[in-house]
Amino acid sequence: MRDVHVPDGFINAPVSIAAGAVAVAGVGVALRGARRELDDRTAPLAGLTAAFVFAAQMLNFPVASGTSGHLLGGTLAAILVGPYTGVLCVSVVLLMQGLLFADGGLTALGVNITTMALATVLVGYGLFRVLLRVLPKTRAFVAGASFAAAVVSVPAAAVAFTLIYAAGGTTDVSVGKVAAAMIGVHVLIGIGEALITAVTVSSVLAVRPDLVYGARDMIKPLQLRPAGADGSAEPSRA
Amino acid sequence: MGAGHAHRLYVPRASPVHRLPPQCKIVAVLAFVLLVVATPRERLWAFGAYAVLLAAVAATARVPFGTIARRIVIELPFVAFAFLMPFVANGEKVTVLGLRLSESGLWGAWNVLAKGSLGVVASILLAATTEPRLLLLGIERLRMPQLITQIATFMLRYGDVVTAELGRMRVARASRGFEARDLRATRVLAKSVGALFLRSYERGERVHLAMVSRGYDGRMPALYDVGATSAQWTAAAALPLAAALVTAAAWMLS
Repeated sequence: MRDVHVPDGFINAPVSIAAGAVAVAGVGVALRGARRELDDRTAPLAGLTAAFVFAAQMLNFPVASGTSGHLLGGTLAAILVGPYTGVLCVSVVLLMQGLLFADGGLTALGVNITTMALATVLVGYGLFRVLLRVLPKTRAFVAGASFAAAVVSVPAAAVAFTLIYAAGGTTDVSVGKVAAAMIGVHVLIGIGEALITAVTVSSVLAVRPDLVYGARDMIKPLQLRPAGADGSAEPSRA
Repeated sequence: MGAGHAHRLYVPRASPVHRLPPQCKIVAVLAFVLLVVATPRERLWAFGAYAVLLAAVAATARVPFGTIARRIVIELPFVAFAFLMPFVANGEKVTVLGLRLSESGLWGAWNVLAKGSLGVVASILLAATTEPRLLLLGIERLRMPQLITQIATFMLRYGDVVTAELGRMRVARASRGFEARDLRATRVLAKSVGALFLRSYERGERVHLAMVSRGYDGRMPALYDVGATSAQWTAAAALPLAAALVTAAAWMLS
């Protein structure tokens, strides 16, 4: 179960260029937002997070006998480092995969960024924040919210791809069939993605809660309590 | 982390293609792939002509054909997809070797295979003749925002470090008897991913402080320039110009 980056020639030239324009606009917004989130720390932190996403995509997870899936990481990155930086990280990973590893066509870069960076983060992170607003602010619920966000974000990317395919697909496979196949497969991939995302967010939250951007309002400020005031923390008298 | 470690994708040679400034090569490859994508799929000969053009570039750059062939496996997933297409596409059916296949599906499969493969080979040639560092300088010259190229630079520079970290975690898990068999392994693997994120991010924090202490203020100093002369642009334009002739011919001859 490997995600296929869209190759050259799958989407016709005009729609590829239009998707490129959407990607440029989206990444432009993300650039301004990331500078607000991280200031002059943007380059090293987003760069290392991009390296992390790139490495994490190499880790294969056994799904069922014989098949394995791997992380796409859009929602995970957005929850950990913020939506703008998340978009930048995934976009840079896609750019380098296209430019260096020939994974995903150069003319399809706009399509790939629009579906896998923009749509994934928009839907995944949006849903995550909405859920956190209504759920109790505990680690278990944050993990649950990241599960739900990731499970929806992967089929959302498939839906975005299907829309682009409907506008400019070069093959004669009906849109209905493409939608059914894409969304069907990606619901399965989404479940694996969601499991990994939820456990990862939960384990980071346990160690460095300040590094989970999406749940940063959960951190309680340190309190100073006088020792022994309520008898709970009595200093030992030896 | 010293300089001079060429990337494993780079094939060091002293050829005219290697010497071209990176921005010229990027524009040439992009224009070439766009022309390929815009070619009507029924003109089989045009795609043969494009392949010959790429072969000429590979020969000039002295990139061995074996290297290209080995890296082409990246396109296996969409080859598999292309083979499915004649079975699921609409339109008139034709009988090939006793199988009822969709004619337009066959054309669609050919379209994706031919154009996708030409795109993959063009990208492979670009990466084989240009060091990654120079590629980034090239996209910066093409007005890519500096922040993007900086992020990409860090990703390249620390990609191997982070991947090696992941490898050490795998060894540590294996030496403790862990084997990923089914879904229950997710808990362990996802904890590794969490630890990997923490180590990467904290490394990023240290790198940032080290840079600040050396005077970093959000911009990278340009150590050297990769300006291109008009002669170099003309040389790089040879590939897309030849391809444009093929494309024009493909549209006019029917």
